[in-house]
Amino acid sequence: MSEKLLHSFADAVADIQDGATLIVGGFGLCGIPEKLIMALRDRGVKDLTIVSNNCGVDDWGLGLLLANHQIKKMISSYVGENKIFEQQFLSGELEVELVPQGTLAERIRAGGAGIPGFYTAAGVGTAIADGKEVKEFNGKPYLLERGIVGDFALVKAWKADEYGNLIYRKTARNFNPLVATAGKVTIAEVEEVVKVGELDPNSIHTPGVYVQRVLEGQDYEKRIERRTVRKAN
Amino acid sequence: MGDVRQLIVQRAVKEIQDGMNVNLGIGMPTLIANEIPADFHVMLQSENGLLGIGPFPLEGQEDPDLINAGKETVTEATGASFFDSAESFAMIRGGHIDLAILGGMEVSEAGDLANWMIPGKMVKGMGGAMDLVVGAKRVVVIMEHVNKHGESKVKQSCTLPLTGQGVVHRLITELAVFDFTPAGMVLVETQSGVTVEHVKQNTEASFRVADHLLS
Repeated sequence: MSEKLLHSFADAVADIQDGATLIVGGFGLCGIPEKLIMALRDRGVKDLTIVSNNCGVDDWGLGLLLANHQIKKMISSYVGENKIFEQQFLSGELEVELVPQGTLAERIRAGGAGIPGFYTAAGVGTAIADGKEVKEFNGKPYLLERGIVGDFALVKAWKADEYGNLIYRKTARNFNPLVATAGKVTIAEVEEVVKVGELDPNSIHTPGVYVQRVLEGQDYEKRIERRTVRKAN
Repeated sequence: MGDVRQLIVQRAVKEIQDGMNVNLGIGMPTLIANEIPADFHVMLQSENGLLGIGPFPLEGQEDPDLINAGKETVTEATGASFFDSAESFAMIRGGHIDLAILGGMEVSEAGDLANWMIPGKMVKGMGGAMDLVVGAKRVVVIMEHVNKHGESKVKQSCTLPLTGQGVVHRLITELAVFDFTPAGMVLVETQSGVTVEHVKQNTEASFRVADHLLS
């Protein structure tokens, strides 16, 4: 089972080709697979469709791929943190599909769970309902939304074992566990990889069955987007 | 905080009852957290995966793995729990959050809310707002009554793209409190020193005045 464990981020992304669909974990800059994103930037593949709640900032996270003109389309719920994004969107270089955050999470979860579609009330009567099937349940309208599966899923966790069992930390969990289920190939980068048997089975968030590649990253930068503190009394 | 915002926040905090699970939107609603009575057991939900938001951390104790939906560093309250984004929205969509207090740009007399697209600016996205307005048991919108040109933001129908249709239960502004009922929009309360006439002059929407108007 230790064939899942890789030591080179470049090797881990070597089979990601132009035009691939990638599902990427993280919320803002919290819990993003920062090393895998940098490896993708270095690899230089283009025309990527990226499914991720946000798109990083100008010089960090998925913003690095934007700056390098590698993204064709973003499927996200909120993309307001980044100027390059705005320029590329307004120039027509970048296509954007905005999805309500809960619908995005459920589309990824459903994709990973083998559910092709589901109904939700989010977005009924709004612009995002355009072109979608509406069905009534108990007299209330719901929209048909579709599950998402990616060619690759990129995940950041706190700890892993060599089988790919994953544990996340605090709100860095966010989209990562769902993303991990929804890739044809799921690549997880973590802060510490331990031997199989060293993680408590009762504490595993993502069972290793979902994960094909595991890497341990060094020196995580973990940038804070909005450092907010209170004064000591 | 400006006087107007202070007034709105002070009124909005009264919507929160002891024991509630509450989601506060980004911006002005976040300020309500500081006003919740200390003896209340209220769990604040952050849709990125935390039930039980604590105060902001002390300087030097920020944890990059612990943020709120506004991407600010926070702490966890006693009794808090962490979960993934699908579970977070299952909690919201499934009706387990008692109350969501959200900011608004426009509210219509039918209880429609517009709060995600700023006119003339880049579209940034709706985040979790469309899910919250259909999922939370009760949706309270807080906003200033008129825009900076003096035009009413309380409309007959919204001119901006909608976040949700008929989703608002209560609207709180610096002038008044309105409820949205099957029989239409009702003025239930005026802020201190504000007359019904003044509310009418500043409101484009048609509304009925409650029989027992609070002031």
